[in-house]
Parts: sequence; structure tokens; C-alpha cells
Amino acid sequence: MSTEVKTTTCYMCACRCGIRVHLRDGEVRYIEGNPAHPLNKGVICAKGASGIMKQKSPARLTRPLRRKAGAERGAGAFEPISWDEAFAMLEKRLAAMRATDPKKFALFTGRDQMQALTGLFARQFGTPNYAAHGGFCSVNMAAGLIYTIGGSFWEFGGPDLERAKLFVMLGTAEDHHSNPLKIAISKFKRDGGRFISVNPVRTGYSAIADEWVPIRPGTDGALLLALNHELIAQGLYDREFVARYTNGGQLVVTDPASARHGLLAVDEDVEPDNPLYPQNQLWWDRHSGRAVLSHTPGADPRLFGSYRLADGTRVQPAFQLLAERVQPHTPEWAEGITGIPAATIRRLAHEMGVTARDEKIELPIAWTDCWGNEHQTVIGNPVAFHAMRGLAAHSNGFQTVRALGILMSLLGTIDRPGGFRHKAPFPRAIPPSAKTPTGPEGVQPGKPLAGLALGWPGSPEDLFVDADGKPVRIDKGFSWEYPLSVHGLMHNVITNAWRGDPYRLDTLMIFMANMAWNSTMNTDEVRRMLNDKGADGEYRIPFLVVCDAFQSEMTAFADLVLPDTTYLERHDVMSMLDRPISEFDGPVDSVRIPVVPPKGECKPFQEVLIELASRLKLPAFVDAGGARKYRDYPDFIVRHETEPGSGIGFLAGWRGADGSKALLGEPNPRQWEMYEKNNCVFRYELAPSYRYMRNWNRGYMEWAQRMRLRRYGEPILVHLYSEVLQKFRLAAQGKWPGRRPPPELAQRVATHFDPLPFYSAPLETQATDLEKYPLAAITQRPMAMYHSWDSQNAWLRQIHAHNYLFVNPRTAQDAGIADGAWMWVESQWGKVRCMGRHSEAVEPGTVWTWNAIGKSPGAWALAPDANEFTKGFILNHLISDTLPGDTSNSDPVTGQAGWYDVRVRIYPQ
Amino acid sequence: MSKQLALVIDLNVCVGCHACVTSCKEWNTQGAAGPLTDQNAYGADPTGTFFNRVQTFEVGEFPNTETVHFPKSCLHCEDPPCVPVCPTGASYKRAEDGIVLVDYDKCIGCKYCSWACPYGAREVDGEQKVMKKCTLCVDRIYDAKLPEAERKPACVLACPTSARLFGDIHDPESEASRAIREQGGYALMPEWGTHPANHYLPRRKTGKRLHADELERHDNPLKVDGRLPRPSPDAPALDDVTSW
Repeated sequence: MSTEVKTTTCYMCACRCGIRVHLRDGEVRYIEGNPAHPLNKGVICAKGASGIMKQKSPARLTRPLRRKAGAERGAGAFEPISWDEAFAMLEKRLAAMRATDPKKFALFTGRDQMQALTGLFARQFGTPNYAAHGGFCSVNMAAGLIYTIGGSFWEFGGPDLERAKLFVMLGTAEDHHSNPLKIAISKFKRDGGRFISVNPVRTGYSAIADEWVPIRPGTDGALLLALNHELIAQGLYDREFVARYTNGGQLVVTDPASARHGLLAVDEDVEPDNPLYPQNQLWWDRHSGRAVLSHTPGADPRLFGSYRLADGTRVQPAFQLLAERVQPHTPEWAEGITGIPAATIRRLAHEMGVTARDEKIELPIAWTDCWGNEHQTVIGNPVAFHAMRGLAAHSNGFQTVRALGILMSLLGTIDRPGGFRHKAPFPRAIPPSAKTPTGPEGVQPGKPLAGLALGWPGSPEDLFVDADGKPVRIDKGFSWEYPLSVHGLMHNVITNAWRGDPYRLDTLMIFMANMAWNSTMNTDEVRRMLNDKGADGEYRIPFLVVCDAFQSEMTAFADLVLPDTTYLERHDVMSMLDRPISEFDGPVDSVRIPVVPPKGECKPFQEVLIELASRLKLPAFVDAGGARKYRDYPDFIVRHETEPGSGIGFLAGWRGADGSKALLGEPNPRQWEMYEKNNCVFRYELAPSYRYMRNWNRGYMEWAQRMRLRRYGEPILVHLYSEVLQKFRLAAQGKWPGRRPPPELAQRVATHFDPLPFYSAPLETQATDLEKYPLAAITQRPMAMYHSWDSQNAWLRQIHAHNYLFVNPRTAQDAGIADGAWMWVESQWGKVRCMGRHSEAVEPGTVWTWNAIGKSPGAWALAPDANEFTKGFILNHLISDTLPGDTSNSDPVTGQAGWYDVRVRIYPQ
Repeated sequence: MSKQLALVIDLNVCVGCHACVTSCKEWNTQGAAGPLTDQNAYGADPTGTFFNRVQTFEVGEFPNTETVHFPKSCLHCEDPPCVPVCPTGASYKRAEDGIVLVDYDKCIGCKYCSWACPYGAREVDGEQKVMKKCTLCVDRIYDAKLPEAERKPACVLACPTSARLFGDIHDPESEASRAIREQGGYALMPEWGTHPANHYLPRRKTGKRLHADELERHDNPLKVDGRLPRPSPDAPALDDVTSW
């Protein structure tokens, strides 16, 4: 009997902890957390410790499968084929599309941590139709904060609980950065920190909060505006931070007659070094009483007031406009919307403000800001926040998240000890410089896409639309309907392709996304559309390829099923080009190295893409003579550079011919070995003076430029006032010299592209008879089932084999529903039968359930009488992707799916 | 005094993640106490042997609700009622460290012990038909091949919130004893006289007391921008009307 221990990286959820896998005679016997790993420090979660059962799942796919001739989609009738046949089939089809109209091919992935490769493949293929699941998940959190502070939560940054004194968690956020957050919250509480949770439901981390503040779903924006109101009214904001590190002191043209109305006033005599991120804005200096260039040495901006420039233009500091915006948003106003007593809101604001002001941290770390001022210390205001999908998954989420970013900034907590801290490669410019093509000419037969498939628009000129303002992408991303849809809109793809709006697809390839079940907003309709044929007898979505490790609701609809490996059977990278596992103190990336061989004929999706790219001769994957460049995925990872000689590759560690370089350096043929010897993780510690205030830290900026983490070195001022949004609004108002929205969308853009945060009820709430459907319905994720990839796991399903609808006892009694009884929950879109469970841990206007526990009969190799089918349910049946008037049930700014907005009624069976 | 190993579980930080549940199963099913079998693993009402389970319950009425996650396993009682009732001597308490164990070779699956246990901590394995329960990973904690830091029960090592302390509660200087002493550690249902070795630490609340006069400070930033003006010297004042 031989026992060996190998290290790799977990992927039972998206947290990506280091693990040690014990094997006996080649069989996985035990998986434990790796104590030497910086992310999880030896701990492991319920899912990670159940990884062994993933290998034993009867739902494993082991051979490529082709839908049997004559069998309906969804029936799950397949015949095994060889990989040769599968590749030949794909090569023929994809080559034909690429040679004629590459956008007929769409690649969408549920998993969004392989985007460096999947994105490269799509771009090289030449299709704009590529994204991961972010549009469905938390794009509002990413976009709302990145457009405000140049970073966001989870992979992008997080709460510094090591030094925080007050921690406020808003909405459900448990399944992002789960183990590190659990470690940190526990230590924070033991150190005497105060933890407040704002959430309609008290579960998850909220259970151990010192104070639970129940809130009505989708109203967080009102709470945040009222908190901002109170901080400004009381003078509890960090004036120095606001003045120097945000655009609060910069002057905004407030002259409706001016072509620059609502834009930042600039000194036109100062030629910007970088027109993309100009630094020629103005302050009204309170010492000299006149307009000066922003950040003029010795000057200090007025934050309030109204002034006139020499040419008579009326200007006001951005902070004045923010103060005016939040002025009517009193705690009393917010009480009526959120259900939180005004006195509580006021107290929360005071706690935040006083803690930030009076419990300051001062670290003896000298640093120099981007304007050349030397600071002997780093200051921290120890109030930290965390939020994810609970704020994001509402159609008003973008502006809500903007309001959160502004709150964090008024408190002076951005990239400071005890507050919010960035993780490399963030902070990024506002907006980041990556862009999509700007018109249909960016998509050409036989050529790579002329830009990235996903980017960061900074003005209407950056949209991806044709001359009539119509979308180029199948999901209508970066069109006037969702201009800042920076993660794409996976939830629109099937509906749009089925409608042929904006056009039809030929092939839809889905990786690891259960679009026919829980990863879609309108499950039944999607299933119907996937199986629907046109008048010609052909499927409306002609060819559907699904790659997954397990047989699921989605694979049943595929024409071709590609069997993926599990995480223990493949090479993988957590790349700096994608979403690495960086920590506050520096870049971190990691790898997976197979510990067992693939089961059956399973092939990692990465290898499928490398093989296809080589066969299709996509330029990045072949040499000058058109010959295959990379043997396989590990070879690709080692040798691929973003540009020839760029020194930037998928992995940041052990670069250079001998492995002596970090982040930047020529390929190292022994890079995998070096990762393997080092627990599969690479960690770079920034010099202490580069660890804080990175938006404005000259030393950090210059280091980041040298390391090519950043192209530009301009300081990243917090956008209390969003000039980017104002540009779109001007376009909608007909006042922008460039592109303008189609007339039918002008009002929508003008309303939602408000440069200052505002609250409006979610679109679905506005479109619902609230007398008839008085309750909000939401989902949360149980910790043993973060992400739904393993719902058939033999151990985990013993913890959650079916789910209940949790209802406040008063609400349940009013509806005549007994604890544990069968009941109906119904929205204007559909209804589902479920079992009710009385709970005092949910606010009375909300009902909720665990997401993705219910399954469709026949899926996941579960027995026909499995609880997931007979008692479990998913709320997705009640949710629509479309609202009355045929608008998408998505945030009008980012396209984030508004799947936490559904309104329901409940009644006994 | 002899050693009494035990777990001290801190309900103040337990978030109910179930890491202890599956990591326990994972270690023990492949170890000396295994296998921990599963029945209907992919069918209706799946069930199996677990040494450790997390119960979740609510306390109080909305909005003053507490959601409590409560991990529960064999408490390794100092006076375990499961031991004397065992007709074959399969259930026993080790003198050297106080761990309560079951000798599967002697167990006849009669379940007397589980009826005697007031805590519901014992489970008959559905396949092997013998009584199984937490061993405090007795096959790990003395394993000299493991680094010292890893000679702990699997659940303790796994717990992401380090809510599970492990140690000798007869040693007043152990981390476990100190936590019990200093943080109000308590035993379950002491009225049964079983003297459970495992203890629980209660929820602790951190509050913030704010006085109204702390809200405004001399350096209130509104003053800089003239938003908290000082009253005009011309406004009436006490000085105008008093002469003493």
C-alpha cells in the first residue's frame, strides 16, 4: 500500500483554497486544507472536504456524446462518439463560421475564472459573443465600485478586518472569498470588533453579527443615500480624504446652457499628458478664493458653494452636488422605503462616522503621493464593508453600489488600513483602459476580433454598436440598452438567439453553466426555446455544445456533450490576467496540477480550446508558418506571452529563463515544477510603502507600471461624481457631440446615467401590482452548497437534499400556511409548489429559499424519487428575463440580471 | 488528575458552514473508525453515518432573532451514561485521556447506549449495524508521523472560523480550559450529571455606546467650508444683560 500527498488548488467553489490530497494506490482518500497556503492557511470548508465524493459521482460524463438522430433536445438520448469525431465536427462547423461570419459562434461560460483563455480563444476566433456569468452574478458590484473607486470586492479587493473596528456587511455575500472571510470575521470578532449585518435574512455570517438590521430587498440604495445624508449633515466625513483623494473638490460646470454642462471644468491651457485620463480639472481654492488647477501645491478646494470662472461659467464643487443630492434623503425618508427605523439609520451613520474619525490608525509607513507630497505615515479609518450579490442582483443595483462606494469614500476608507483594500492588479483606472471594438467592422471573417469582447466604456464612443446604435453582440452588451455591461449578459443569450434579435446564432457553446435550470431567469421558457424549431424544421439555435463534468439539466439539451475533467484531474491557472487570488499586500496567483488522471475519456476544457484553436489556426496558437504552436495546455501556459516578447504570461511566478523573475520575464520552461514545489502558489509581497493608498501612491504606480500591471500612472481619484455617466446622459439629452442613443432608449439612458447616485424602486417592483404580489422573494446559498456544481455530492446532499420557502410566522399565519405545510408561491410570471418553513429570521415582507437545491427529474444521475425532485424547488420558475413592455429585467446601466427583484404572493396548497 | 481531552466549541464565531461535518466524515470513513457508510446516497432521503452534525435553530422573535448554529458530536462525558448500559463492554471510556470509544468487534448494535445518551450523539451505522460516534480522531491525535500542529481532530483543523478548540480540560493551563474559564464556557444539560467534557462558549456581543456630545468635534469639517458658522458677535448674548 503506497500513500502519497500532492498539493493542488481546490475548486469545489470559486474560493480556490490550497489543498493537500492524500492518495492511496492512486485513489483519492483524503483532502485537507494546506497549512502552507496563504489563502486558507490550512482550513477547508464543507465542500472542499467533500471533494472526494465528486470523484465518485455517478453523474460523471466520461465520453463525448452526440444527440441521437431523431431524439428531441432535452430527452437526454445520446450516443458516445470519439474525440476525433467530436473535434472533426467542431472544426468543420467553426471553420465555416469563422470564414464567413464569426459572430455566429457564441461562447459563454458559467465559470468566470478561466477567462484569460476562453476570452483569448473567442477573440482570436473573431466573435464578439463571449462572456462568463458575471452579468447574472454580481456585475453591478464590479462595475458600480470600479467606476467609483477603481476596484471592488472579492478578487478585486475587500474589507481589511485585520485592523477594522467596525464591519458592516450588506446583503448576501457569503459565497465570495468564503474561507478567507470566515477566518477574518472570526478573528475580527475575537479581537472585539463590532459586526453589523444589513440583510432581509439572518443566516450565514449574519448569524454571528452583533447587530442584525433587517431590510426590505432592493432598497439598500435608499439606506445608503440616507447614511450619506447623515454623514454630510453631521460633518462626519473625512474632509481631507474627500478633498485630496476624490473628485469632491473638483468643479463641475453647472450651466444648462453650456455644452459642458455636468462635465468637470478644466483648464484648457493645460494640455493633458494623457487625454484618456486628463489631470487638468479645477478646484476653487479656499485660500486664494479663485479657481486653480486641481491639486495645486498649497491649495485646498472648497467643497461647498457656487462659483463663476473667469469666462462667467457657473461651476460648483462635485461635493456640493452630492450634498444637494442626498439632502432630501433623510433617515425618515429611507425608513418608509427600507423598513429600518430612522433612529437606527441615524445611529448607524453616527457609529460609522465616529469610529472612522475617532479610532484612527496611523502606521509608521512613509509614502509619496502622485503629486509629490511626502507622507510620514499611513492613516486608516477603521470602518470596513463587504457586499456582493445582495446589493448587485437588483435592477437598481448599479446606483446602489455607487452609493456604497461613496459612503466608503466619505468615511475615508479606500485602500487604507482597517477599511477597504485593493488586490492586484487593482486599483485600475476609472474606467479601466481595456475596450471592445466600437462597431460591426470590428468583426471580420477570418480575423481576430479588433478589440476585447468585454471592455470598459468611458464614453458613448466606446459602445459596441452599429451606425444606427444597434447592438453588435448577441446579448446586446455595450449597446444603449446596457452601455456598461462589462461582464456581458449571459442571461440574454438564449432568448436573443431564439428570437433572432439582433440576429441568429449558428453555434452556442456553453461551458459549466446550467442554463436549462438554475443559471437562467426563466427556466421553463429557456427549456422551450432550446427545443424550439423554426418553420424550416431546424432548431432556432441550430447547434448547442455543452462542456461539463456532470450530466445536468443543461447537458440534456446539447447536440454535442464534451466531458470535462474535475479539478483534481487537470492543470489550471488562477491567472493575473483573469481573477487571481491576490492578497491586500501583493499579487498572488496559483495553479492546479492533476493529482489523478482524467476519468474515462474526460478532457479538460482548456485542452479542448487549445486543440480547436490549433486546428482552426487561430493566430495566437500557431507559428508564422501556420503550424501548431503549443503541444497542450501546460505548454501553452509556459510559453504564451500576451505579445511576442512582452514577458507577460498567464502565470506571474518564477518567470525568466531560470525562474528568478516575478510578474514580468521571459518564459521559464520549468515554471510548472516551481509552482509544484511551492504548494502551487506564488506570492509577491509589495514593499510596505506600496501597500496602501495605491490609487494615489506614486511609488506603487511606478512599480505597477514597471511590472506592466498598469499601462498608465495617473492617480485614480474616487469618482464621487461620475463624469463617465454624465457623458452618456448628455448623449441621451441630445447634448453630446458624438454618438446618441436611439430615441426609444433616450429617456431610459438619461434617467439611469445619473452622475450622482439615486434611488428608484427596482424595475420589476415598478411593473408589479404590489397589492396582488406584496412579498419580495430572494435566494441565498447555503455554505455547504456554494455554487451549484456539486449538488449531487453524496455527502453534501445529506445536508441539503431539499429546500423550504422560509416565511416569517406572522406572514405565514396571515396566509394560512402552517409550518412545514405544502404551499404555493406565485409571481406574475409563474408559480411553484413548495414546503413552507416558519422563520423569525426573515423580515415579514420577504420570503426566501436556498438556491439551486431543487433539480429537474432525470438530471445528475439521481434516483427518480430523489428529494431534489420530489420536495426541492427553484425560484427561477417565478422569475422573468423580460418585463412588460418587452424590456429586459436587467439594470439599465450594466445589464445585471434583476433576479432578486421578483414579487410574489403565497397561499396554501 | 488524569487527562480529559475535549472540544470547546465557540458559538460566538460558528457560522454553520458544516466544514466540521464533512471533514470529520472524510477523515473517519477512511481511518480506523471507518467506514462511515451512506444509504440511498443518490436516492430518496439519503442518510449516512456522521460523527458530527450542525443543528441550526432560531431564538427570539423578529426582529430580535438570533440564528444559532450548533455543532454537536459525542461530548465524551466524564460520567458517560452510554458506558454502563453496554451489555458487551463495547462502549468504554479510556482512562488515559477520557475519550469515549466503541469497540466495533464487541458491539452487537443493541442501541442501549444511544437510548442512554441524553444528547443523541450516537448513530448506528446503516450498513455495519454497529454503534459509531466521535473518537476525537484518536487515530490522528497521537500519530507521531504527523507534525505536532496537525495532531488534532480533523474538524478542528478544518474549521474556517477556528471555532473548535481541542485540549485537556483537566489541565487548567490548556487553551481549552482557559477559554471555558474566561469566556463563560458551559456544558450541555448539566442536570443529567453526565459531566460532558465538551463545552460550548456563548455568543458575546460587542456594542458601541455613543454620547451625543461625541458627534461634533472642534475640527468638524463643515466649519472649513463655512457650513457651521459661529454666531455673529451682534447677536444677543448674556454679556449684554449681566453686569455682576
